[in-house]
Amino acid sequence: MISPVARERWIKFSRNLNLQLGLFMLGLLVFAIFVFPVLIAHDPLAVDFDSALIPPGADHWFGTDDLGRDVLARVAAAGLVDLQVVTVCVFVPFVIGSTIGLVSGYIGGVVDTLLMRLVDILWAFPFYVLVISIVGALGPSVGNMYLAFSMVVWISFARIVRGEVLLAKRQEYVQAAQVLGFSHIRIMARHVLPNVITPAIVFMMADVVLTILGVTSLGFLGLGIQPPTPEWGVMIAEGRNFILDGWWVSLFPGLAIVYVGITFTLLGDGLDDFLRPKG
Amino acid sequence: MPIAIYCLNRLVQLIPVLIGITLIAFLLLRVMPGDPATLILGSRGTAADIAKLNAQLGLDQPLWRQYLLFLKDIATGSFGESIAYKASVGPLIWERLWPTIWLVLFSTVMAVVLTVPLALLAAVRRGSVADAGIKLFFIVAMSMPSFWLGILLVLLLSIVVPVFPVSGYGDTILERLHHLVLPSLVIALATAALTVRSLRSSVIAVLSADYVDTARSKGLRSRQVLWRHVLRNSLMSTISVLGVHTSWVIGGTVVIETLFGIPGLGSLLVSSISARDYPMVQGLTVTFAVLVVLINLLTDLAYVAVDPRVKLS
Amino acid sequence: MITGASSPLLRVDSLQVRFGSGKDAVTAVDNASFNIAPGEVFGLVGESGSGKSATCRSLIRLYGGSIASLPKGSITFNGRDLVRLSDKELTEIRGAEIAMIFQDPMSALNPTMRIGDQIGESLRRHQNLSSRAARERALHLLRSVGVTAPERRLDNYPHHFSGGMRQRVLIALALACRPKLLIADEPTTALDVTVQQQILRLILDLRQQTNLAVLLVTHDLGVVAQTCDRVAVMYAGRIVETGTTRQIFRRPAHPYTRALLNALPSSAGRKDTLAPIEGEPPSLAAPPSGCRFHPRCPLAVDACKQAEHVLRAVEPGHESACIRVGELGC
Repeated sequence: MISPVARERWIKFSRNLNLQLGLFMLGLLVFAIFVFPVLIAHDPLAVDFDSALIPPGADHWFGTDDLGRDVLARVAAAGLVDLQVVTVCVFVPFVIGSTIGLVSGYIGGVVDTLLMRLVDILWAFPFYVLVISIVGALGPSVGNMYLAFSMVVWISFARIVRGEVLLAKRQEYVQAAQVLGFSHIRIMARHVLPNVITPAIVFMMADVVLTILGVTSLGFLGLGIQPPTPEWGVMIAEGRNFILDGWWVSLFPGLAIVYVGITFTLLGDGLDDFLRPKG
Repeated sequence: MPIAIYCLNRLVQLIPVLIGITLIAFLLLRVMPGDPATLILGSRGTAADIAKLNAQLGLDQPLWRQYLLFLKDIATGSFGESIAYKASVGPLIWERLWPTIWLVLFSTVMAVVLTVPLALLAAVRRGSVADAGIKLFFIVAMSMPSFWLGILLVLLLSIVVPVFPVSGYGDTILERLHHLVLPSLVIALATAALTVRSLRSSVIAVLSADYVDTARSKGLRSRQVLWRHVLRNSLMSTISVLGVHTSWVIGGTVVIETLFGIPGLGSLLVSSISARDYPMVQGLTVTFAVLVVLINLLTDLAYVAVDPRVKLS
Repeated sequence: MITGASSPLLRVDSLQVRFGSGKDAVTAVDNASFNIAPGEVFGLVGESGSGKSATCRSLIRLYGGSIASLPKGSITFNGRDLVRLSDKELTEIRGAEIAMIFQDPMSALNPTMRIGDQIGESLRRHQNLSSRAARERALHLLRSVGVTAPERRLDNYPHHFSGGMRQRVLIALALACRPKLLIADEPTTALDVTVQQQILRLILDLRQQTNLAVLLVTHDLGVVAQTCDRVAVMYAGRIVETGTTRQIFRRPAHPYTRALLNALPSSAGRKDTLAPIEGEPPSLAAPPSGCRFHPRCPLAVDACKQAEHVLRAVEPGHESACIRVGELGC
C-alpha cells in the first residue's frame, strides 16, 4: 500500500527532470570515484619516466602526465580527495551556521543584534580573501582548509536560516507550541527547524559548487592540498606548465570539476522545486 | 534629499562597519595558533631574532595596544611596515589598487553586455531551444573553475591563435585593455551565469505587467517595448545580484590576477601570504573589505538611478 | 438613436479566440459577432471569465503575457481585416487608430518613466513629432482630461498620482493620436464611486468632442445604463443577447440577462430585489453542451442541452440566443 503522500511525492519526483538528472549524474560520479580506482590497473602515484606525456589512447584513456602517471587514475583518486574535503567544508558550516541562525533568530534581542552585526561585517570580506588569508596564516594543510571554510561559510547559512526563523516565529504553530509550554529547545528542534531548513538545504547544493571551485582554486594556488596527493586544482596547475605538449593533463581534471558543478547545480534546482511547498 | 548629503550620510553610517572590519582583520592574524614571528622566520630563527621581530611588529605589546597601533597606522595611511618590501604597506597597496579596479570594472561591463541581450532573448523566447541553450551554457560556465577556463582561453586565444597576450598588464590604456580582455572574460562569464538567470526571470514577470500592455497598445514596436519599458523595470533584482556577486568577483581576482600575472591586489595577497608578510596581508584584507562596502553603496545608488520610487533615506 | 447597422467602423464576424495549445487549449471566445458605428459607445457585459476581456483584447492582440493563437473569423476595422495583419502591421493601428485603457490604472503606467514621456512616446511613434512638440501636445492632452497644473505634472512619475488621476493620464495617453476607437477594459472597476463617475463623464465628453467610438467592457450594468448606446451580453465565451441599451433593460430576451438585471440593486438600493444567480460560471475548458447557460437556467428544458448557438432577431436591432424566447414574455 502506498500512502497518498508518498504517491504525491513520487509524482512530483517523476516530473522533476533536474532532480532525476542530478541524482543520475551523482550516482555516476560516486561509481567513478569508488569503482574506477579498483578497476584501473594504474597507480595514481606511480612515476614512470618512460611513459611520460602519452596522449589519450587505449592504454591510458586520459593520457599520462610529465612524470608518466596515468591521468585517469589520478583524476579518480583526486575526486575522492576533493569530494571528501568538499563534504566537510560544506557540512560543517551548514551545521554551525544553521544552528547559529536558528538560535539567534529564535532568541532575538541583543544576542541576535550583535550576532547579525558580526555577520554583516564578516560579509564585507570577500570569500576568497578571507579563506586565503586564514589558510595563509595557518599554513596550507587539509585541516586548516576545513577550519578556514568553516569560519567563513557559516555566515551564509546563518543568514538564510535566521531569515526563515523570523518568518516562522510569526506563524501560529510556533506560537501554539509556546502557549502549550514546550521548552524552547524542543520548539526550536521539533517545530521551527523542520520548517526553516529547506532553503539552507537547497543552498547547500549551490555551496557545493562554490566550495569545489574554492578548494580547487586553493590547490591551484599552492595553498590547499599539497602534491603529490592527487587533487584536481593541483593537477591543473601542474599541467599548465606543459599545456602545449600535454593539454590532456589540465583538461580532464577541469572537466571533472565542471561535471561536479553541473551535477550539484541540477540537484539544487531540482531540490528547490521538490522541497518547496506548492503555491 | 540631495544625492551628496545622502552619500555623506551613508558614509557616516559606515564608520562602525569599518571599525569592525579593522578589528576582524586585526584579530584574524592574532587568534591563530602559533607565533607569527616564529612562523615568519621558520626554524632558522634564533630566540633573539624572534624577540627582535616581535618588537618590530609590535607583537610584544598587549593586544589592545597592538590594535590601537594598527588603527594609528591606518589613520596615517601607512597601514604598517611591510616585511617583504621593507616599506609602508599603504602606498604599495594604492599602487596595486588600480589594476584590480580596472579588472573588476571591465569584467562587470562585459558581464552586463553579455547578460542583457541573452536574458531578453531567453525570456522572450522562453521554452525555446535558444532559452534552453542559454541556460545550459551558463550552468556550464558557472561550474568552470576560473583558473582552468583561463588556461584554456590562453591556450586558444594567446598561443594557438595569438590574439591576446598570455599575461601581464601593459603600460598605455589601450595595452592594458588588451591585456585585461581574457581575464575579464573569465570573470564576466561566471558573473553572467548568475545575472542572466535573475534578469530572465524578472523580464518574464515584467512582460505580463499591465504597463507593458499599455506600451504595446501605443503601437510601439516590440524592440521599443523591450528596451524602454521591460528592461528598466526588470533591472532591480539583477542589480542586487550583481552587487552581491561583485564581492565574489573581487575575491576571485586573487586567482585570476595570479594566473594572468596582473599586478593587482589579489596577486599581491597571494605573494604576501607566501612571503608571510603579515602587515601586508592585514592591510590587504582591510582594503578588500572596504572595496566591497563601497560597492554595496554604489549598488544602492544604482537602485535610486533606476527606480524613481526608491527614496533617498 | 445611433445604430451600428449603417456604416460600421468595426465589424467583428464569427470571432474565435483560443489560449494555450494542444490539450490545454481553451476557447475563450466562440463565434462572437458585433459591430460598432463611429461615435457609438458599445458595451460588452458579462461576469469575469465570460470572454469579454479576451474579445476586446483580441482586436489588437494584447493578451497581457498569455499566449493566444491568432484569432479566427474577421475583424474589419475601417475597411481592413485586422486578423490578416502581421504583428508588425498591427503596431501601426495600435495607438494611432485603436487605443486602449485598462482596468487597473495603478499598474498600467510604467513606474520608471515620466508621465510626459509616456504620453509623448505614442505621438513620436505615430506622428513623428519632435520631443518638444510631443511635450507641448502632452501638456495640452493632460489639460483636456482635467489634470490640474499639467505643466508641473509632465515630469512626475506615476507614483505621484492618485488612481483617478492615473486613469485620466491613461486616457490622455490613449487619445494622444486621436484614435477612432477606444477599447476600455473595465476602466472604472478599480476606482472609487465618485471617481468612477468623473471618468465615465470624461469618456462621454471626449466621445462627444471627437466622434470617438468606444468599446466599453464591464461587468457593471449600472455603468452600461449610464453610458452605452448598444450592448452585447456575453456568457461563457459566447454573445447571448445584443440590442440597444433601452431594449436590453426594458425587454431582456435571455434568461441570463434577466438574471443579471435581477442581481442589480434598483435605484434606491432596495436589497429585497437582489437575486444572485444560482450556481457557478462554467469552466471554459469543458463548457456545457447546447446553450451554455442551461445548467443554471430556471427555464431550461431538454432541448436547451442540444440547442445550437444562433442569435435570432426578437425585434429590429435586438437579438437573443435563447430558444425559449417566446416563453420569456417580452
